[in-house]
Amino acid sequence: MARILIVAEHDGSALNPSVAKCVSCAARIDGAEIDVAVLATDGAALAGEAAAIKGVTRVLQVDHAANDRLLAATAAPQVASLAADYSHVFGPSTMFGKDLMPRIAALLNVNQVSDIMDVLGPHRFKRPIYAGNVIITVEVADDSKVVATVRTASFQAAETGNDAAIVATQTDIELPAHTKFIRLDAGSTDRPDLQTAARVVSGGRGLGSAEKFELIFDFADSIGAAVGASRAAVDAGYVPNELQVGQTGKIIAPDLYFAIGISGAIQHLTGIKDAGTIVAINKDPDAPIFEVADIGLVGDLFGVIPQLKEAMAS
Amino acid sequence: MKKILVGLKRVVDYNVRVRVRSDGSGVDTDGVKMSINPFDEIALEEALRMRERGDAEEIVVVSIGPAEAQQQLRTGLAMGADRAILIKTDADVDSLSAARILLEIVGRESPDLVIVGKQAIDNDNIQTGQMLATLWGRPQATFASKIEVGDAKLTVTREVDVGLETIEVELPAVVTADLRLNEPRYVKLPDIMKAKKKPLDEIGIGELDVSMDDSIRTVAWEPPPERQKGVMVEDVAGLVAALKEKGLA
Ligand SMILES: Cc1cc2nc3c(=O)[nH]c(=O)nc-3n(C[C@H](O)[C@H](O)[C@H](O)COP(=O)(O)OP(=O)(O)OC[C@H]3O[C@@H](n4cnc5c(N)ncnc54)[C@H](O)[C@@H]3O)c2cc1C
Ligand SMILES: Nc1ncnc2c1ncn2[C@@H]1O[C@H](COP(=O)(O)O)[C@@H](O)[C@H]1O
Repeated sequence: MARILIVAEHDGSALNPSVAKCVSCAARIDGAEIDVAVLATDGAALAGEAAAIKGVTRVLQVDHAANDRLLAATAAPQVASLAADYSHVFGPSTMFGKDLMPRIAALLNVNQVSDIMDVLGPHRFKRPIYAGNVIITVEVADDSKVVATVRTASFQAAETGNDAAIVATQTDIELPAHTKFIRLDAGSTDRPDLQTAARVVSGGRGLGSAEKFELIFDFADSIGAAVGASRAAVDAGYVPNELQVGQTGKIIAPDLYFAIGISGAIQHLTGIKDAGTIVAINKDPDAPIFEVADIGLVGDLFGVIPQLKEAMAS
Repeated sequence: MKKILVGLKRVVDYNVRVRVRSDGSGVDTDGVKMSINPFDEIALEEALRMRERGDAEEIVVVSIGPAEAQQQLRTGLAMGADRAILIKTDADVDSLSAARILLEIVGRESPDLVIVGKQAIDNDNIQTGQMLATLWGRPQATFASKIEVGDAKLTVTREVDVGLETIEVELPAVVTADLRLNEPRYVKLPDIMKAKKKPLDEIGIGELDVSMDDSIRTVAWEPPPERQKGVMVEDVAGLVAALKEKGLA
């Protein structure tokens, strides 16, 4: 039987939505027993949150002073020491999981299945390669532990309403001291979260400047959407890096996505393949974004957006 | 730092739209343009800037791949690397095996720092740097957008989901390069000529004491599901009507 350990991402005060998505992915394996490891300094509240996720059997509350900030260098040996009892160790394919999970895999001496997008069996998964241009099916050897990251955009969050057992767990191992957290510069958070928002409005190089990018923020706010951007917009300094959508930014799956002044480079499209409806607004009728858009409008965004804002408000 | 090792992977150029072979037996890479993995170019550029600032003395580029990967190593030498090492194999190299092989080279070269790309754009694995750091028992600083060299340590700014995180790692360490770390230089013709005289060592993979991992096998390749062709609308009114029809406005 599959016994799956999920490494919980959190910021010290709340679980990241990726945890419930990893649980959904794990639950696709028939008969799997799913445990969640919460590494924190005092993880009682976080563990309670994890215990409420449907499908979870047990929550391992791993309190340790070193877990004040979850760094791969110190988190990986703790998780690896718990892994002996498990056939699978899953984490999210967020920056947190991408940093941490390969370190766990290496400690367990296995390769990692990156970016699970579909589960075909306990050792059989689908995942994207080449920026999503190719989907492969991979098979992990029967006698091998499965360490994997879960492509969060491919799975709905598991529901809450559970009351799983919480087990205080000690990991009695020495942790390295070679890595030190200095600081975190987080962007403002009063807008909906890009990774979980139902609506996202993204702007590209077509906006032309940071000042003019305000048009995107303004429209997004008027429809309660999160704001995203192309790499070109980030590189040009219109918006900070955490708004980048794409192969090397965030992979998202909103119900409604607006691509405004974005050409539709393959690396950008990788990030929005799972969006429900894609709306493209671009002045170039030949822009590749129109090949994937569900609704396309050729026009000057500076004329279109104010009109659109007004029309959607009424 | 005395020495920096940089990993350069030969991959299908990022402008090429790869396709699955019509019989589903793999990815069609026949005759397509091959390049240095873009993140590895950024890794090398950062090492070069460290040397130019006097923070490093020697830069060695390493590639694990077929004989043709010499081209990418020569480009690396033309950019300014001092030496190159090719670990020759025609096999597809998975990330764990790549990390094991790089560890062997680390053992021989004793670098103070290894910089690799954050991700190879062919397999999109995002694993090798972290695995190398782990097997080596050293710290990692992944997705770096800024590196400051200190006394036997680095201060690295990393791209994370909520913004930027800064960490300090003791040397030796492994850093993986993100897009915004720098903009790689263009290679000039005289540099290409000079690079021909720089040393490029070849090591057969059989000469190394590493076992290749075969725990994950790819058993099928398929194109991604196509999105349905959408509609073009004439104006904002048409756009709003189309959204209303989908229950989105
Ligand atoms: C390794 C690698 C990874 C990458 N990762 C990412 C990634 O994660 N995400 C990403 O987005 N990109 C990524 N890129 C970059 C990608 O290749 C493109 O360069 C980028 O997406 C282009 O951004 P853009 O569409 O905003 O700019 P452009 O391609 O310059 O397009 C601007 C568009 O705006 C339109 N426009 C201009 N003015 C107006 C106007 N007034 N009204 C309406 N339309 C207008 C133009 O017609 C044009 O189509 C990556 C590249 C590499 C090499
Ligand atoms: N075969 C290889 N040769 C040289 N470097 C490699 C090789 N495979 C991976 N790397 C390095 O590891 C990085 C991450 O690769 P990956 O984990 O496969 O996404 C790449 O950007 C390279 O710098």
